[in-house]
This record gives sequence, structure tokens and C-alpha cells, in this order.
Amino acid sequence: MSTTPTLTGAEIVIKALRDQGVDTIFGYPGGAVLPIYDALFKQNHIRHILVRHEQAAVHAAEGYARSSGKVGVVLVTSGPGATNAVTGLVDALMDSIPIVCLTGQVPTHLIGNDAFQECDTTGITRPATKHNYLVKDVNQLARTLHEGFYVAKNGRPGPVVIDIPKDIQFAEGTYKAPAECQPKSYRPQVRPDLNKVEEAVELIANAKRPIFYVGGGVINSGPIASRLLTQFVRMTGYPCTATLMGLGAYPASDKQFLGMLGMHGTYEANLAMHGCDVMINIGARFDDRVTGKLSEFSPGSRKIHVDIDPSSINKNVRVDVPIVGDAAHVLEDMIRVWKARAKRADQKALAEWWKQIEFWRARDCLRYEKTDKVIKPQFALERLRAAIAGRDDVFISTEVGQHQMWAAQFIPFEKPNRWLTSGGLGTMGYGLPAAIGAQIANPDALCIDVAGEASILMNIQEMSTALQYRLPVKVFILNNQWMGMVRQWQQLLHGERYSESYSEALPDFVKLADAFGGVGLRATKTSEVDDVIKEMIAIERPVIVDMCVDQKENCFPMIPGGKAHNEMLLGPDEKLEEATPEEGMVLV
Amino acid sequence: MPPVEPIERHTISVLVDNEPGVLARVIGLFSGRGYNIESLTVAEVNPEQALSRITIVTSGTPMIIEQIKAQLDRLVPVHRVRDLTMEGPFIEREMALVKVAGTGEKRVEALRIADIFKARVVDATIESFVFEITGTADDLTRFIELMKQLGLVDISRAGAVAMSRGTGGL
Repeated sequence: MSTTPTLTGAEIVIKALRDQGVDTIFGYPGGAVLPIYDALFKQNHIRHILVRHEQAAVHAAEGYARSSGKVGVVLVTSGPGATNAVTGLVDALMDSIPIVCLTGQVPTHLIGNDAFQECDTTGITRPATKHNYLVKDVNQLARTLHEGFYVAKNGRPGPVVIDIPKDIQFAEGTYKAPAECQPKSYRPQVRPDLNKVEEAVELIANAKRPIFYVGGGVINSGPIASRLLTQFVRMTGYPCTATLMGLGAYPASDKQFLGMLGMHGTYEANLAMHGCDVMINIGARFDDRVTGKLSEFSPGSRKIHVDIDPSSINKNVRVDVPIVGDAAHVLEDMIRVWKARAKRADQKALAEWWKQIEFWRARDCLRYEKTDKVIKPQFALERLRAAIAGRDDVFISTEVGQHQMWAAQFIPFEKPNRWLTSGGLGTMGYGLPAAIGAQIANPDALCIDVAGEASILMNIQEMSTALQYRLPVKVFILNNQWMGMVRQWQQLLHGERYSESYSEALPDFVKLADAFGGVGLRATKTSEVDDVIKEMIAIERPVIVDMCVDQKENCFPMIPGGKAHNEMLLGPDEKLEEATPEEGMVLV
Repeated sequence: MPPVEPIERHTISVLVDNEPGVLARVIGLFSGRGYNIESLTVAEVNPEQALSRITIVTSGTPMIIEQIKAQLDRLVPVHRVRDLTMEGPFIEREMALVKVAGTGEKRVEALRIADIFKARVVDATIESFVFEITGTADDLTRFIELMKQLGLVDISRAGAVAMSRGTGGL
């Protein structure tokens, strides 16, 4: 037995983290985790990144995890430390990001006593995590930690909380290595049922109007899944669209790629989804932002759904061929069966289908008014795109709102793990800490948070973290002085009553950057945009760019709430057919 | 509008680790996702391996029932999920304690009906009985309805326990 009976709980934590291959954790100290911080102090293997708010610790760990493929690790104290982390945990749950969050807890004998900085962490985080644990026996600590990592990264990834009372951190107990701790239950299926794969391949080969619809599951499966997907899509010659979370799974520059689908997706992607006869969903979950009105979602298609989580299948949309398994395994099997049976797409039907798609594509749905009078947000992003073109080392995170959708529309991703955004939960304040996490994982990369002026203020304190660790993250604010997406909905659906959506009393972002010790840059004219972007990239320090953009610009195309894919609004000249349809208004 | 799917009643057996919070996870799943619980019972069935068996009676459209099972199955402490209603013939029983107070003819009648329903007298005073009755949910409901007219004072009713017929186990 490789056990030493002399380790304290805190030492067990450090040893378990090392054995799990952890080299970086994001955290914030407090009374109930002091023993673990003491153990951290005495070693040099694990680097601790001190954030300025526990929510940001989780988002940074998400950015780290998403950009590196590793598990993100968080260490926070009891009570407010844990409750502050909850938003980050739910964010990771919704977007399937592997996180292990260690929380301190008051000593075992005080649990339930309303002790100082006590909260029912496992109770609060139960629906916020994939799984959570309260460790009441130091001899179970190592096993629990290893199982926590196993649960976080296997199956559909997600956040795991391990709540460790302070007395357990001091207590002495035995350590167990990962190999000695096999999980008792939870064995997700990764290899698909081959019969289903064969059925799917038949359906795919006989399609007349097919489309691949791919999501974050392909990215979570690892870079191999993206390679296999690209290979398979090219073998078939079929069109491919991606969800917000799936951007980068298929190279954006490829002519078979139709762009993002959904509420602010491209015209060609949404109409192809609406009109297809076979839909091949790989690692996406028929989110309401993607389907629009469910009863009119892709009415004429037979649907194949590949997902590692059986509960995602037949949840919103009934599918014809459900396949439970990991995207890479399934794609590997699909390619093998396709080759073995010498399948070939129906070239005549496919040519017709592409002709139709090219017709939709010719609408150029992302076009916007070109003008010198004001910086259009799309123009600013197009210039950013030009400045980073050809670089392989660019990571883009976003906050939430119009800027997020424009970034998804205008910045192309050729590879997975380069795009970090809060899709499911839609957490304003995600982008800056996520960029910090990505920069920690990729020290030499260019990490840019495309932000809005409202979102960025939700975690602006993390500029201090960026400064402390000399992280040259760039905050690229599209400043329109409005909570743009709120304003857009109020304009389109609430009779232009702009209730509380104006960003009043904004700070001077240039001075703010300066106050934090970073560099602030501003562009107010189109002629300044390129220079500001160039300078931003050249400066090897944290930068905030205040890009003063058109205040009135709306994000199009748009499928209004409660509408179907073929009822898109393409631009400001198109009006909703019925003013404020009640059915759509109640949807979010 | 798509055709409205019928609401079905299903009895589901779940084998779980007997650990703190496991029931909260199951119940939280139902409340958090808006599923119905008609009844839920739980007790440890395998002390050596610390396994408990939960019997849940729920109702919903076939799609919802499928969701419930998939959601239960992905909880980490859940070992097995079986839909007894789907998988063939099964036995489902409930138990209740029913207190009836009264004298004279009503008291005699209560005792006679209890006999028909094979309810046992587990407590008696000069003016009251406590009956223990086991049977299907319908049996219990009918018995309780009758007792309402005969001096019903108190009911304590356990949820369903269930098991498949034949040789197979959970």
C-alpha cells in the first residue's frame, strides 16, 4: 500500500491535485480554507492564481479548461466564497465545462449551527453542479477528490463541488492514489451501439437535403473529434452548421460551413435546417435558441442525434436515430461504416441542395451599412478579424449580449478550443476572467475579451488579477452605451420603451485601464479603428479598448422569440409581422 | 398544434447509494424540472453495500417519462433505473394505518368491512380501532372512503413499493 498515515487533510488535497495532474488553481482565501492555503504555501508544484471575486475564479477556471482541454480547479472559502462561486458553477453546468471546485466549510461540529461564514454549500450547489460532496471523514478525502475529477471530466463534463470542513483539513489520515479509488457507480457510455450507427449511415447516404448540425459536444470530446468531423463532412460533401458552443469544431473558412445557426445565426444555416430532409446532430442539444418555435422546427426532416448524455436525447425534439456515445467514437464508427459500405452521396440531389443554399447565401445576411460617420460594431470586429487573420494562437472570449452575437458572426474559428463564451447560462461578466484563464493556459497566445460596456463592469475587478500575473489580456469593448440586446428587444417587442437599459454614468474606460495599471485606448472614428487594434495587439500588457460604436445598431439576422427558422428578420427594414406577438413576448 | 400525448402513470424502481443527500438529489430533480411525484418511498435494502431502493410513482407523457428515467440515470449515486410499468407485469402495494373512532353499530360495521379488506386491527380501545391495511392504491382508497362514513379520525399512508413478477431482480 502506498499509504502514509501522516498526511493532514490539507496535504491530502495538494497531493491529490498533483496526482490528478493539476498545475494551476484559481481561488480566493478565507478562514475555512486556511489550512489548504498553508499547504499550498509550502510547495512549488501547484500555482495559485488569486482572483478578485470567487465568481471570476470559476469563470477563469472555465476559460482555462475550455482552452486547454484540462479540468479547471477552483479553491474558495465557506459561506460567501461558496455562494459567490455559484453563478460560475451553473455556467459550467450549462456549458458542460469540467470544473472541480473545492470549498472550505466550518468545522464538522459546527455544521448546522449558523456558524460564522457557514452556508449549506452542498444544499445550495446541488442543482448547480453535476455532483457534489461533503467530506466528513479525512480517510475518505483522497477517494472523494479522485472521484470528483473522474465525474467532472467523464461523460458529459461538468462542475463538481467538494466541500471540506476545516477540521478535516487539519485531521490526519491516509492518502490513496487515483488507481486505488475506482468510482462505485457512474459509467457513462462512450462507445455507440453499432446498429444505430449503421442505421444513421444509411440515412445519411440516402439524404437528398442533408445538414450537419454540430455543437459543443464535439469540442468537449477533444480535438480528435473535430478532425474526424471535418473528415466526415468533407467525405459526404454535405453542408455543416454549428451552434454557439460548437464554433471551431468545423473550420469556419471551409466552403461547406454555413456559419452559426439559431436566433442570430445565418440565413443560409437556418433555412437549410428548416428545409433539410436529414439532420445529423452531433453533440448539440436542440437548445431553444437554436430551434426557435419547436412545433415548426425542421418539420420535414429525419433526425439523427449523437450525444453522450442520454437525457439530452428526445428532451425537446423527437429524433429518429438516437445514438448515445462520445462524438469522437461515433464519428470514427460512422466514417468506418461509410467507407466499408462504399457510400456516396446522391450527387444530383446534393448539387440541387447546394444550389438552393447558395441562393440563400447570396442574401449576404450579415451585411450592414458601410459608413464613415460612425463606427459600426460589425466594422470594428471585421477589422479585428483582419488583424488576427492567419494567426493560430488567438483565443476570443466574450461577455453576453449583442457584442457576443456579433463576435460569433464575424470572427471565424478554424480550430476548436479557441472560442470561449457563456452559451447556456448567458453570464454577463464571463469574458474577462475567462480570457485570464485562457491566458494562463496559453501564456504566449493573444487572448481577447470581446465585451460590451455593461457586461465588462460585472467583473472589471479582474483587471487587477491580469496585472498581478502580468497577463497581457485585451478587453475589446464595443461601447454603445446601452445594454444593447435588452435595448434591441425593447425596441422590437416592447414598443420602444427603453426601461433601464441605458448605461448611465459610465466610467472613462481609458482612465479606468490606467487606474488598474493597464493601458487604455479609444477609437471614436472609423479612421482610428485599425490603429487602435494594431496598438492593442502590440502592447504586451493588459489593455482596455473603448471602441465607441453606433448606439442604435441592432443584431441581425434575428429569429424573434416564438418564431420559426423561416420567419427570420434580416435587417432593420423588416418588421415583425404582428406587432409584439404575445406568444413570443413571454419567451426569453 | 401537434397531437397531445396522453399522460401515463409509471412506477419506477431506482437503486441508489444510501448516502446523505441522495433523496434530496432525486426530489430536487423532480421539483427542479417540474415533474410529478405521486408517491415516493425509500429504504435501505442492502446494508452490506449500503444500497437503498427508491420506488417512485410518477405521471407524464411518454417523452417526459423517458426524460425522468434518463435524468435519474445520470445522477452519480444512482446504480440502476427500471421502469416497472414498461418492463412487464409487476406487483405494487401500499400500506396504511387507519384510525376509526365510534361506538355501537358503526364500530361493528367498521370491523366487518376491515375483515372484508383483510385489514388487521393493530390497536383497539373501547371507542376506537387502528387498522393496518395493505393492498393496491385503489384498495386503500376504497377502504378509506368507506371508513369516512364510520368515524375516520386519522390516516397515515405509505407510498407504493413495487417489484417485477417472475424470477428477475433489480
